[in-house]
Amino acid sequence: MTKYDELTEFLLRLGDSALIQAQRLCEWTGRAPALEEEMGMMNVGLDLVGQARNWYEYAAERINDGTDADTLAFRRDERAFRNLLLVEQPNGDFAVTMTKQFFYDAWQFHLLTMLKGADDERITAIAAKSLKEVTYHLRRSSQWVERLGDGTEESHQRMEKAVDVVWRFTFELVEKNDAELALSVSGSIPSLTELPEKWLATVNEVFAKATLTVPDAPSTFYLSARTGMHTEHLGMLLAEMQFLQRAYPDASW
Amino acid sequence: MLAGELITTDQQGRSGSEVDIQQAYSVLEDVMDPEVPVVSVMDLGIVRDVSWSDGHLYVVVTPTYSGCPATEYIETAIRDALKEAGFSHPKVSQRLAPAWTTDWITKQGRNRLKVYGIAPPVGSSSKRSLLSGITQVECPNCGSEDTEQLSEFGSTACKSLYRCKSCLEPFDYFKCI
Repeated sequence: MTKYDELTEFLLRLGDSALIQAQRLCEWTGRAPALEEEMGMMNVGLDLVGQARNWYEYAAERINDGTDADTLAFRRDERAFRNLLLVEQPNGDFAVTMTKQFFYDAWQFHLLTMLKGADDERITAIAAKSLKEVTYHLRRSSQWVERLGDGTEESHQRMEKAVDVVWRFTFELVEKNDAELALSVSGSIPSLTELPEKWLATVNEVFAKATLTVPDAPSTFYLSARTGMHTEHLGMLLAEMQFLQRAYPDASW
Repeated sequence: MLAGELITTDQQGRSGSEVDIQQAYSVLEDVMDPEVPVVSVMDLGIVRDVSWSDGHLYVVVTPTYSGCPATEYIETAIRDALKEAGFSHPKVSQRLAPAWTTDWITKQGRNRLKVYGIAPPVGSSSKRSLLSGITQVECPNCGSEDTEQLSEFGSTACKSLYRCKSCLEPFDYFKCI
């Protein structure tokens, strides 16, 4: 298994998470609860595909062996993907989808805000661009969490269940990581040590309005995106997403 | 002599002049956005630089949204329009920073959006928090301010969907970013 340098791995973590989240959103095409919500999810997905491409292009330049953004998206196997476990989880009902989206948006929002101050100009540029889009994403998903959590008895119950389903995967959003610490020490990215508390503060704030209970801190388990140890869902997702490029390599139209 | 004829000779390496740059800008005034065909790339403020070096015209464009599917189309349209106007091998490149903001949409662009039925962005992206904003958007059809948001996102990434409570028409609002 190829393991790249720490910064490239970090870029893949950002790119892969955006791409897989986008792919999950696309699964709602034609079956969202309302037309407006379908358009909303597709638009968020589109932003994320664009962001993934920006991170991939930078990663590909660093890898520098003829790899491009498409190769990274469509020709890597499950174990090479560095996306958060959270985003590969199945969509479930609309409550699960919005809960995942909210946790991810809050993570992106704070992470990109910090990366905006990076010394690496390329990272700063992509982060600043993405942040504008993510601000809208977070606003929308926060509103949905509030609306469903503080809605009817049924919607409240479904939100509680959704939180219960995806909460354990949020350990990756709050863990402190040696590789990122090293990157910040070397000056490539700013320190991310405050990311967990900022993420949790947003979750606390929105959950309070949504009348939802924030569960106890999630515990780490043996799977981890950083090592390419994914849940069983990613393989299936990739099989569908990568089918065309795998079956007809370099197909164009 | 037509400006176009003059410019094609630049394949031989003649360096361009201010006249050619002005000519390029006026060509770009007519390159329209494929999604909103009443506004040009100049109206949108996505053309960041037009310059001349080594016998080529260089145009720098900034994308509106990361995933905007029109980005590549627009780059091709710019290249084609410039070639048609006589510029040989114009080079179009992308620049991410500073990130595009709706503040760069020109006054003419805002008017054109409104006439087309799309409410132009309200306020300045730098002067308010995007997270907290409830924006009062004026209906582009009847001018009423009694409007409501139907969805945070509209038919494209750059717009959200509104409805006018006076004339009851739904309309797109060009989001302020």
